[in-house]
Amino acid sequence: MRILLDTIDFYCCPQHIIERMHFTQTMSKPIIQIEKVGKAYLLGQADLQHAMFRDVILGAVKAPYRRLKRLRQPNRNDDLFWALRNVSLDVQQGDVVGIIGRNGSGKSTLLKILSRITEPTEGQAILRGRVASLLEVGTGFHPELTGRENVYLNGAILGMSKAEINLKFDEIVAFAEIERFLDTQVKRYSSGMYVRLAFAVAAHLEPEILIIDEVLAVGDAEFQRKCLGKMGEVTKRDGRTILFVSHNMSAVRALCSVTLLLDKGRMVAVGPSNDVIEKYLTNDATKDSLERHLSRPEHAPLWITSACILADGKPSSTLPLGAELTLEINFAADTPTAHPRIGFVISSSDGSRVLGANNRYQPSKPLETPSESGSILCHLGPVPLMPGSYAVSLWLGDQAGDWHVVADALTFMVVQRDIWGLGRIPHPDGTSLWWPTEFNLSPM
Amino acid sequence: MEQAIETVMRPNQRGLALKEAYARRELLYFLILRDIKIRYKQTVLGVAWAVLVPMMQVVIFSVVFGRYAAIKPDGNYPYPLFVLAGLVPWTFFAQSVTQGGQSLVNQQQMLTKVYFPRLFVPTGAVGGCFVDFLISLVVFAVALAWYRFTPSWQVIFVPILALFTIAATLGVVYLLSALTVTYRDFRHIVPVLVQALMYLSPVVYPVQLFPARYQWLLGLNPLSGFIDGFRSAVLGKPWNFPTLLTSVASTFAFLLVGAMYFRATERRFADIA
Repeated sequence: MRILLDTIDFYCCPQHIIERMHFTQTMSKPIIQIEKVGKAYLLGQADLQHAMFRDVILGAVKAPYRRLKRLRQPNRNDDLFWALRNVSLDVQQGDVVGIIGRNGSGKSTLLKILSRITEPTEGQAILRGRVASLLEVGTGFHPELTGRENVYLNGAILGMSKAEINLKFDEIVAFAEIERFLDTQVKRYSSGMYVRLAFAVAAHLEPEILIIDEVLAVGDAEFQRKCLGKMGEVTKRDGRTILFVSHNMSAVRALCSVTLLLDKGRMVAVGPSNDVIEKYLTNDATKDSLERHLSRPEHAPLWITSACILADGKPSSTLPLGAELTLEINFAADTPTAHPRIGFVISSSDGSRVLGANNRYQPSKPLETPSESGSILCHLGPVPLMPGSYAVSLWLGDQAGDWHVVADALTFMVVQRDIWGLGRIPHPDGTSLWWPTEFNLSPM
Repeated sequence: MEQAIETVMRPNQRGLALKEAYARRELLYFLILRDIKIRYKQTVLGVAWAVLVPMMQVVIFSVVFGRYAAIKPDGNYPYPLFVLAGLVPWTFFAQSVTQGGQSLVNQQQMLTKVYFPRLFVPTGAVGGCFVDFLISLVVFAVALAWYRFTPSWQVIFVPILALFTIAATLGVVYLLSALTVTYRDFRHIVPVLVQALMYLSPVVYPVQLFPARYQWLLGLNPLSGFIDGFRSAVLGKPWNFPTLLTSVASTFAFLLVGAMYFRATERRFADIA
């Protein structure tokens, strides 16, 4: 069989051979070798997406003319958008590499190239080992099939063999905690059960290289911790190599030894996670992106024009542990208003609402003279939030009701700091808040 | 020294990557299984539909073509047997093309999230239809028994003809599924194409309807040769070699062109899906 396939491969593609089984010494070479990888999209490819047969036929007719035109103006590079360019990286076996950057920085494009979903436009990447990529939890899950059937299907899609799935089946089901619903159609599952089952399959993959995109941002906090734990455990035990894209800096810090920072498709920094994350956060702080500008919702007589976060009185998106947090909210109104009502809720990266306040329900002084615009400073004082990323949702309204609601309007990060100079950080036993408490000891 | 799989990602890769497909053949099995399981879920009659549909078609065609259009079969056997012998391979082909052609578009969500040999998607759809094909063969056997018709020893050629029918179907499905991703126009073209092709294939009429010297041309449509061959194998009518051989040649052509076009456009699927 193999000889036959080889022959067909040979005759069909004499110049390029995609994949070869090699006998190589894996130790000597990096397990992942990315060399000047770039990916360009043709601008206006939106049109190409729904390319009409008609256009192609017309195009064929017009081709000679276009070829003439191209001769006159060669290399119209302005039509190309480079989502990723000139990215090079060597990863050694057992490394856990974090990839960070803002939205649109090319993180997902890089993962898609490494997962073989899309081809690079230039450069090359070599992966030496069995690869599994998780760009989504539950890819290929079919709602009409039962949990049991989906475990096999999803496992096979992710690259497990049937024997492997058989072997791990009980473990997967136990991990997902869905024993009773194993033979129920997945469409009858709660979303929590669905995600747990999907993740359980993924967590039991045993590739040499694992590529993960933000999938940890699903499920409840408890289950996330379980998955992170499982990942960390396997990495240490088997020396598995992991590439991990995330916005969750504390997860990157905890898991990754090396971090790559991307911005607008270019590599900005690569190195020890702490340094690169620091660079990302401070670099971010210099940008005017700190202030979030908002547009007026339709028909709202009162709205938020901009908002920003102050850490110890200075605009920043990073809050050292125990720093004073202030929210600055600028508003505008159609008619002069004396008493805008403002509310906010801070939620953690898993979406759970941690704390909030609203001046509607507590004594607050109105403006002395009503005004058409103004600012509101919400002083929260030193916040007892643990390291991690947080989002702030805002409400602005008046006596009549809420006029402007912005979910996750602002985001900020709490980073570790040695508050008491003791070389220790607060230890709240797994809760999301630590409480600055006065401990008074006295003998009886 | 240990064995390691080395994967290289670089622009413009070609080749059929059949070895990789072979290594992951279990996934194909699961995809086919999924297709079969889903097809008859939430239907009252379930798999019985795979039996009922060809039976209803035979009744319709026998009345319309056998009685009113008075088309004579090309041998000494009842028209319903004649038309069923044509419908069994044809239905497999038509179903595969209709479902396989849409398969990539329907599963674009998966194509943008995970890599696996892309050929599995249309192949899986055809595999699902193959099960219906097997069931319709049983229906055919029952019909033969009903009419007390004993096939000759040549019935042993049926598996070979089935293999060729599958190969031809795969070729056409590869081509059409890849074309449908790029040009959604094919969503509308394919159903019409299938219908037109049915009348271009000797499903309801015998090949003998055409002048002998042009019969081989009919074989350019690979289904023609195999439908006709199917009748020779089961019903014992004389083999029509010009048509059959042309069909064998066009099957190879379709399979090669289809698979190569699929592979050549495959790398764009995730970008344009």
